[in-house]
Amino acid sequence: MKVRAFLLECKVDPTCARKYNTMHSFIRRTALGLSLILAAAVVHADELQDITRMMRQGQLPQSLERVEKYLAGKPRDAQGRFLKGLILTEMNRASEAIQVFSKLSEDYPELPEPYNNLAVLYASQGQYEKARVALESSIRTHPSYATAHENLGDIYAKLASQAYDKALQLDSSNTGAKTKLAMIGELIGGGTRAARAPARAEPVKTGEAAPAKAAQSKVAEPAAAESKAGQAQAAQPMALVEPKAVESKAAEPKAAEAANKAGGSGAETDELVKTVRAWASAWAGKDVAGYLAHYAKDFKTPKGESRSDWEKLRTQRISAPKKIEVGVESPKVSISGDNTASVTFRQIYSSDIVKATGTKTLVMVKSNGKWLIREERVN
Amino acid sequence: MRLRRGLSRALLAGALGLTSVFLLLPEPAQAEQSTDDLLGKVFEAIEGNHLDQAFSHVEALLRAKPNFRLAYLIKGDLLLARGRAIKTFGNAPQGSSRQLDDLRAEALVRLHAYRDRPSQDRVPRYLMQLREDQRYAIVVDNKRSRLYLYQNENGRPRFVADYYISTGKRSGEKTREGDEKTPVGVYHVTASLPRSKLSDFYGSGAYPISYPNEWDKRHGRNGHGIWLHGTPSDTYSRAPRASNGCVVLANADLDALSKKLQVGLTPVIISEQVEWLSLDDWNAERNALNAEIERWRSDWESLDTERYLTHYSKKFSAGRETYSDWGRHKRQVNGGKRWIKLGLSNFSVFRNPGKDELVVVTFDQDYRSNNLSNTMKKRQYWTKEGGKWRIIYEGAA
Repeated sequence: MKVRAFLLECKVDPTCARKYNTMHSFIRRTALGLSLILAAAVVHADELQDITRMMRQGQLPQSLERVEKYLAGKPRDAQGRFLKGLILTEMNRASEAIQVFSKLSEDYPELPEPYNNLAVLYASQGQYEKARVALESSIRTHPSYATAHENLGDIYAKLASQAYDKALQLDSSNTGAKTKLAMIGELIGGGTRAARAPARAEPVKTGEAAPAKAAQSKVAEPAAAESKAGQAQAAQPMALVEPKAVESKAAEPKAAEAANKAGGSGAETDELVKTVRAWASAWAGKDVAGYLAHYAKDFKTPKGESRSDWEKLRTQRISAPKKIEVGVESPKVSISGDNTASVTFRQIYSSDIVKATGTKTLVMVKSNGKWLIREERVN
Repeated sequence: MRLRRGLSRALLAGALGLTSVFLLLPEPAQAEQSTDDLLGKVFEAIEGNHLDQAFSHVEALLRAKPNFRLAYLIKGDLLLARGRAIKTFGNAPQGSSRQLDDLRAEALVRLHAYRDRPSQDRVPRYLMQLREDQRYAIVVDNKRSRLYLYQNENGRPRFVADYYISTGKRSGEKTREGDEKTPVGVYHVTASLPRSKLSDFYGSGAYPISYPNEWDKRHGRNGHGIWLHGTPSDTYSRAPRASNGCVVLANADLDALSKKLQVGLTPVIISEQVEWLSLDDWNAERNALNAEIERWRSDWESLDTERYLTHYSKKFSAGRETYSDWGRHKRQVNGGKRWIKLGLSNFSVFRNPGKDELVVVTFDQDYRSNNLSNTMKKRQYWTKEGGKWRIIYEGAA
């Protein structure tokens, strides 16, 4: 099966640890745009961007009205319909949102995002089997779609948990209902802390219930916590970003504390600059493997091409010149969370083939203690 | 690949304490797939790293047995294994360790049962002779949590089926009321209690057995209400060690078994661990004992009371009669006889499980003499003393 083949391959990569987050991080992993596929094809970007901004500001009925007006003229527009699905999700109108996303996935079966969001909505309703099917479809269309993999890992964990409840004759209907409510809370426009609190409490509780297993879960959780924050921040455009403090509390208090201490901004800034310089020198040294290792598993490829296509292209570009020089000048670091940051610098590139200088921003995400590139923007 | 191997190891080596890879799995003889056959297939698929296959087998199993907790545990593991490497069998973080240990124990005994099916050319040592009208016999293996059903084929036992069972919480032979142990000995089904007369706890029915028997009473063992019975509706099966001494079957298994049970007839022989004999050894054992019984019969007919009494143990007792009472009584009776004719028929002969050499012999006795005739159903307990079989108890059955 293709899905598993990928997961297995993924196992080798330590950054994959982040796939095993708790269920409650689902919602923040709603796909927030069709950027992977359609970015280049967006025509009425301005209008949609405005509507997105309105939605983020919490003007939900207004943004819904505007997106519907927009769609009246372009009923098949994938971008617009996707945005409508998001707004409906934000408005807590899950069944309508499900309709939008499932129709969208029927019309554009090649797009992974609608499947993913469909899965999140199903999961929020406790329909984990449906969620699983949707995510597997999403991965079939885009085997390297990291978000779907992460969500699928969570769904498997949830299904496993349900199976265990049945094995132990625990009343899973109750916990299921709680999860569902918590998720709906999370869906409302960024949510309030109060609304999230009960959901947060849950994974901790279940962890404590089995002290014998604690050792095992402790290993996994810090990584999960880190990447969750990373996910949330990287998914920036939306107001669904979770405040860090809450995030860390959710998983492993001790580990999170430790991470906070170690990650004081000065040290972190140095670490980031060091990472960027290491990236540049791998590039200049024509060390393809070293260069590629600086990119996060869920790196947003510039044109939305598949990871493997992008890697092929990069390999070719790096291998072709006889000599490469990459200069990194006046780097400016901006840390937006424990696990996300961006570094903007002047990139001076020269090879025997071409010379180019410009401003570049690397959006970085910390995974397993290592900063990786999630997005590369040329300003 | 790490993930898959990890799971196989966890399931089959680590948690179940098996160190080597099993080579050949016998094909189950029956056409119908038993629970343990299906479960065995799940384990086989896991062992072979075919996790998708294992998952579909476990789903099939759950469709057939929706209350099967162990299958849910495995399903949980298989789902979890898609996300991360798992280290043990039964990863449920929400369970108490006792619950998980119970399920692991159940997995282990079921797996052993699947892999070690009773061989067709070996028989339980205990079933030495089945009476013609005893159509079936039950042999219980307490340690392996298994009940074996044998069919009477001209006195010779032929294997029919075996089932997973739960027995007493505590190990060892029952001696006292409330000791939560399952008795060890030769019993039979004494009644059938229909579902309508029982609480849900007993599942689809109950069959009391004859504990305490003559031998138990002689040893001062007490307690009562040892039954074969079914399982409450909220679960497919209970843990291997879960009952207060009863032998508990899944309801479907009890239903299948109940078609074979004859109240007052069907022997239920409970062992700590079944001893198996080749057919040759089994034949030799029963021939030796039959010859001894025949000598006892002819020595009684011979009216040589002293030779007749050599068949009795010095520790003999029957009710309040001791060996010397018995000897005095027999000498007195035989003194008034000119002839005795003794016909014995309808034998059932069962060896008592355990280290003591003890055999329970039940038969119809047709006694004729010059001044008295009677027929009775008699039961004797024979024991081996200094290499010779002797009667240690005798009475009406």
